[in-house]
Amino acid sequence: MIAMRYLRVIALLAALFACAHSWAVEPDEVLPNPVLEARARAISKELRCMVCQNESIDESQAPLARDLRLLVRRRIVAGDSDQQIINFLVSRYGEFILLKPPLSWNTLTLWGAPPALLIFGALMIIVVERRRNAGRSASATADLTAEEEARLAQILHGDNAT
Amino acid sequence: MIPELGQYALMLAFGVALIQGTMPLVGARTNDSLLMNMAAPAAVAQFAFVAVAFLALAECYVVSDFSVLNVYQNSNSTMPLIYRLTSVWGNHEGSMMLWVSILAFFGALVALFGNNLPAALKADALAVQAWIAAAFELFILTTSNPFLRIPNAPFEGQDLNPILQDPGLAFHPPMLYLGYVGFSITFSFAIAALLEGRIDAAWARWVRPWVLLAWMCLTLGIAGGSYWSYYELGWGGFWFWDPVENASLMPWLAGTALLHSAVVMEKREALKVWTILLAILAFSLSLIGTFLVRSGVLTSVHAFAVDPRRGVFILAILIAFIGGALSLYAWRAPLLKQGGLFAPISREGALVFNNLFLVTACATVLIGTLYPLALQALTGEKISVGPPFFDLTFGPLFVPLMIAMPFGPLLGWKRGDLLGAAQRLLAAALLAAVAVAATIAATQGGPVLAPFGVGVAVFIMAGAATDIIERTMVLRLPLRSVLSRAWGLPRSAWGTAFAHFGIGVTLLGIIGVTAWGSEHLAEVKPGQSLDIAHYRLTFDGTFNRIGPNYQDLVGHFTVHRGSELIGVLQPTRRTFPDRDDMATTEAALMTRGVSQIYVSIGDPNKDGSLPVRLYFKPQVLLIWLGAMFMFFGGALSLSDRRLRIGAPRPAKTKLAKPALQPAE
Repeated sequence: MIAMRYLRVIALLAALFACAHSWAVEPDEVLPNPVLEARARAISKELRCMVCQNESIDESQAPLARDLRLLVRRRIVAGDSDQQIINFLVSRYGEFILLKPPLSWNTLTLWGAPPALLIFGALMIIVVERRRNAGRSASATADLTAEEEARLAQILHGDNAT
Repeated sequence: MIPELGQYALMLAFGVALIQGTMPLVGARTNDSLLMNMAAPAAVAQFAFVAVAFLALAECYVVSDFSVLNVYQNSNSTMPLIYRLTSVWGNHEGSMMLWVSILAFFGALVALFGNNLPAALKADALAVQAWIAAAFELFILTTSNPFLRIPNAPFEGQDLNPILQDPGLAFHPPMLYLGYVGFSITFSFAIAALLEGRIDAAWARWVRPWVLLAWMCLTLGIAGGSYWSYYELGWGGFWFWDPVENASLMPWLAGTALLHSAVVMEKREALKVWTILLAILAFSLSLIGTFLVRSGVLTSVHAFAVDPRRGVFILAILIAFIGGALSLYAWRAPLLKQGGLFAPISREGALVFNNLFLVTACATVLIGTLYPLALQALTGEKISVGPPFFDLTFGPLFVPLMIAMPFGPLLGWKRGDLLGAAQRLLAAALLAAVAVAATIAATQGGPVLAPFGVGVAVFIMAGAATDIIERTMVLRLPLRSVLSRAWGLPRSAWGTAFAHFGIGVTLLGIIGVTAWGSEHLAEVKPGQSLDIAHYRLTFDGTFNRIGPNYQDLVGHFTVHRGSELIGVLQPTRRTFPDRDDMATTEAALMTRGVSQIYVSIGDPNKDGSLPVRLYFKPQVLLIWLGAMFMFFGGALSLSDRRLRIGAPRPAKTKLAKPALQPAE
């Protein structure tokens, strides 16, 4: 748990070893048409560099990422749609290349968890609150000692109470 | 001799930890004050021994004792003193030493300044603290010993990773660790409360300063790491949803939730069981972070060489502490009695809302970080969960939280008036609407939602100011009485306002730089110019510069705005000959208001042209300025009267009364 950046930084270092001269999107890769270039950048940000730790090919310095960036640009120039390019890369490298995993049975839990947790949490709060208020409105009115309260609980709830 | 001394001190610390972890615990159960009183001196001795071990390691680095393997691998006699010192924790073994040192330091603080604590609670808490220390000391001694010697000492050490040779290393890891380890104190107190089977508002009052301190350090640590990566990595990204970053974000989110629920507990005796759980979770997430980063489970082909013994050991620590704590919680928490009632629309209700969203956001980060690992382990299938996933899930969870934030402090305890709060926020909302309109008018391009994001940020900032403005009666009373009212406000009210304001500031920075930042990649020859935003950079050429253990290739750029010369930028390519000519990018930054011009250069091409990455980063500094506001708000809260001097007295009077709730 050294600094949060170390791992990434060291991954980068290793990438530097691999190719001391390349360096994320390089000026010579840039397409002359700014609209097409913007599309290329947008696609690149969604694709993972396969040899790096959690980096998109847009950020990565590895030679493979450069190849993929050039491939994306060639396809754009050839007239492919964004989806065609992504489909092509998935067919070649698998879904591992997508930084945003598509919804499938495998990722149902992943995508479903945040809303499910939120709803579950909200329901829990409501249930606990209801139960507590119901329990409290009976006992909180009078200032009872702990023993009296315990006895009262015993009378009210039968065996369940302490 | 010195390294042996260090190792011996660490062993002694381990021995002391075993005593500190058992005797006071027995004492607290049998009500034996002699045994309980062993805790405090043991904690101080623990710190003394660990400090000796840490200083011994630091000494090895300072004098460049390359007969010590750890020093040989991570240092070099040509490095400046500051980097020889920081490289103590720039590696696995040393960073674990720092971890344990901070742990022992916090333990000693509790021992020395915890005189107002009930004896049994203090004994239990220090005992739990000792168990954590013992586990990590054993981890260091058996799998990560920094004091190992090499039989024939080499003349020169290898070096510290060049990217780590940066002032960021001096600041970032210690800050982050103060945060992580600070949560160990709240964890220990939570376990102690569960062991005791009793908990009350006084508990929250003792624990809150530690939560605040840990949270402040973690805030600054995360922000510092973010700024470090921003200028060091050469393309100006400030957050990557990297698993290692997530490992620090999760305790921060849980800690932020804890900070807020502890307020409810302190003021209203409500949410006790929940607060205990959060205290356990915050430190558990710190431990998970340790496991994720230290075990190498996340590593790809590039990262640290993996030593599975370490991973298994940390996993064992993780399971023992988290599993043990949660089991104890499941067993004892039902015994804790719940406190005050409140209506859904109330300050308490708002804080519950805050907790719901923060914890869900935290769980989302946890699931997103671990999901690929789990899926691969279960089905063998490999997927990636990257920034687009977190942007899509974490973002929407934070929006309601942000919008609700200004309402919280304006609602009354027990039963609040939402309509009244909304009316009081009218001015803030109008200001936000104006900001949205102005942003739409002033910018072209950028995402459609960005101006509304600016609106939310302005709403948060104005909302944070609203409470203070109302309570000090600005514009309604003469200046003198406004000032005296401002001085008289509880510092925690100021703290809340500053911290919330800081969230708005950070949000504004994030939106500004992601929506309207611009970029220019080009290859330039001397004399050529590049335009970005309102600025023109002219490339004049490159020159070489020799540093203590590196060589620089410096690009020289002059910056004009219109016809006015406003400065010079010197982005640098730094090569380290001791490291097989490994190179780092030293970006050059020019600050204009809160925006920055950012230039970095690559290796020159054969035709003499220089690849240049040029960025304009609007409002980027606000991201970290906001974190400063949060830190300052935390510091104000920490200096609040009731935490400074108020703690002992109410605690003692409470002890006398039956208000302290007995175990049933």
